[in-house]
Amino acid sequence: MNITNLFKIAMKAIGANKMRSFLTMLGIIIGVSSVIIMLALGHGAKETIKQDIQETDPGTIMIIPGPDYETLEGDWLPEYSQTLKPADYQSILEQNKYLKSLSPMVFSDGQLVCGNNNHSTTVYGVNDQYPAISGQVVEKGSIFTEEEIHSSAKVCVIGKSIVDKLYDKDADPIGTVIRINNIPVAVVGVLKSKGKDITGRDQDDLVLMPYTTVMKRMNPWQNYYNMIYATAENEKMIDLAMKDVTEILRANHKIKEGDMQDFNVRSLEQAVSMVDSVMGALTLLLSCIAGISLLVGGIGIMNIMYVSVTERTREIGLRMSVGARTRDIMNQFLIEAILISVTGGLIGVLIGASIAYFARFILMNFTEHHFLIAVEPWTVLLAFAICTITGVFFGWYPAKKAANLDPIDALRYE
Amino acid sequence: MAQKPVIELEGIRRDFIVGSETVHALRGVSFTIHEGEFVTIMGTSGSGKSTLLNILGCLDTPTSGEYRLDGTPVRTMSKTQRAVLRNRKIGFVFQSYNLLAKTTAVENVELPLMYNSAIGARERRDRAVTALQRVGLGDRLNHKSNQMSGGQMQRVAIARALVNDPAVILADEATGNLDTRTSFEILVLFQQLHAEGRTIIFVTHNPEIAQYSTRTITLSDGKLREDRVNTNILDATVKLASLPVEEE
Ligand SMILES: Nc1ncnc2c1ncn2[C@@H]1O[C@H](COP(=O)(O)OP(=O)(O)OP(=O)(O)O)[C@@H](O)[C@H]1O
Ligand SMILES: [Mg+2]
Repeated sequence: MNITNLFKIAMKAIGANKMRSFLTMLGIIIGVSSVIIMLALGHGAKETIKQDIQETDPGTIMIIPGPDYETLEGDWLPEYSQTLKPADYQSILEQNKYLKSLSPMVFSDGQLVCGNNNHSTTVYGVNDQYPAISGQVVEKGSIFTEEEIHSSAKVCVIGKSIVDKLYDKDADPIGTVIRINNIPVAVVGVLKSKGKDITGRDQDDLVLMPYTTVMKRMNPWQNYYNMIYATAENEKMIDLAMKDVTEILRANHKIKEGDMQDFNVRSLEQAVSMVDSVMGALTLLLSCIAGISLLVGGIGIMNIMYVSVTERTREIGLRMSVGARTRDIMNQFLIEAILISVTGGLIGVLIGASIAYFARFILMNFTEHHFLIAVEPWTVLLAFAICTITGVFFGWYPAKKAANLDPIDALRYE
Repeated sequence: MAQKPVIELEGIRRDFIVGSETVHALRGVSFTIHEGEFVTIMGTSGSGKSTLLNILGCLDTPTSGEYRLDGTPVRTMSKTQRAVLRNRKIGFVFQSYNLLAKTTAVENVELPLMYNSAIGARERRDRAVTALQRVGLGDRLNHKSNQMSGGQMQRVAIARALVNDPAVILADEATGNLDTRTSFEILVLFQQLHAEGRTIIFVTHNPEIAQYSTRTITLSDGKLREDRVNTNILDATVKLASLPVEEE
């Protein structure tokens, strides 16, 4: 019998037991929609993280104090955090061959007071090149000058959230003086808003100050940098630049071949690919869990197909007596199973995609999250492929049972 | 006139193994049926009539012996080959009609042609309609099986057995579920089909029915007891006319 007729028969059989067929499909619908939602969330998380990072210069290199944590033997010693000295920064600044920009970074907690308002935040001690590296734009005013860095001037650039916390609406912060840890500091610039990142952290809740000022006036005991940021001339030179910086620092720290390095050079690229693989693994795990419900749905199909074969034993006998071959009967029941699972898959994809895009809509419009949830075309194809396979796999034995019936017994079946 | 043989049986045996026992349902049956014969097969219950008919219909294979249908030896055929043979050469009529539920008369009759890829949708429908007209159901084409009387359902089943233009029509107790009047209506139909040259094999318990066929084969305990050519064939139309019409 040809495919079209087989489809008609299958459709009729499914239509004859609408409720039963729907309940059977439900397992597949739930399975497929949860897989689609999981993959859409995973994709969204990945894209969102990528977008957040993209604002940063793609050639960014981070120089971190201390040995590589993963390969470290023994405990982490306190002095490991203090290995990046101003002399290292100087050497890199003078000797580097592939860097476009370079900025030290020191952190301090900051207790901010302005009039009657106060707020605590993190103060980043950096130089004037830092906004370009981190993808921040000074929207009002300007970044502190080299001169101000040199003189450890009491100036700062503040994020949008700080403005909202400390100032009245419409007030212009530029030129005003706030107190940070009781030190009067002049506001010279305001950063453009970046919103929240994927974890919900406010990226506008920060203060930038000259690193010299932070070290001298806020953390006078600090004679090291917490980090050094740099960017390569271009993305192709990232590896060269990393090697170059590593050599300069090894020479400075007098580290011999084979000795443990007391600093670490990492690129943003590496971080991105790590996020990628972690997110990928997480998505896979969640999808597999969702996939288990698909398995349960498949077993439901198998069960109902056995019922269907038993119910229609006489019909099978009749079809055989008028000339249906083993193959015809087999195909008839296989197609019925596939039709149930693929229809379930179709509904599952629609429901899954609707929920995913609805969640994205809600997050975008009612919170400040820009979570880029999206159903990728390949996940839809995958869903249909899996449904077809499920149908064939779980329909196989019932169909085989039907096809192997003895026509005489089948005709006599009561 | 020498008609061509449609069915040739030589020493057909059929044993069923039930547990440790062997049931000899057929113990060496031989006969030949020619084109255009209307044969009734009689015999007591358990004498092997259905077993024989299943073998004739290629639903079952004999344990030993030779069976040629329309010249083709059946015993050595594969399952698929026998399915194709049933599809092209045989029409079945069952005691319990065996129509597809919730399916129209036309669709039921189309069924055998569905399994013949050489026949397109258009021809399939035309032939089904013609067959239904032939059995007097030209006005019931789209009635569903559950909307019909027993007699009508059996007519649909006969149309289904005719639609593939088979070499032989096999009927097992085809009137067994019907009242006397309806039985004779069906018998009239069979006699008409026979008059048109069709070969019919009709299993029955009813000796009266045998009088309307051209030949009667009687089985007893799996063996052929009597094979008699009927010289005085009765006309079912006459009998039908004599039966009282049921009062409304
Ligand atoms: N599948 C089977 N397995 C075992 N024994 C069988 C099987 N089919 C038939 N038989 C036996 O074969 C013998 C003949 O059975 P068959 O059904 O051919 O009789 P029948 O003449 O058609 O009887 P009835 O008039 O009651 O229909 C019986 O003894 C029956 O028990
Ligand atoms: Mg019988």
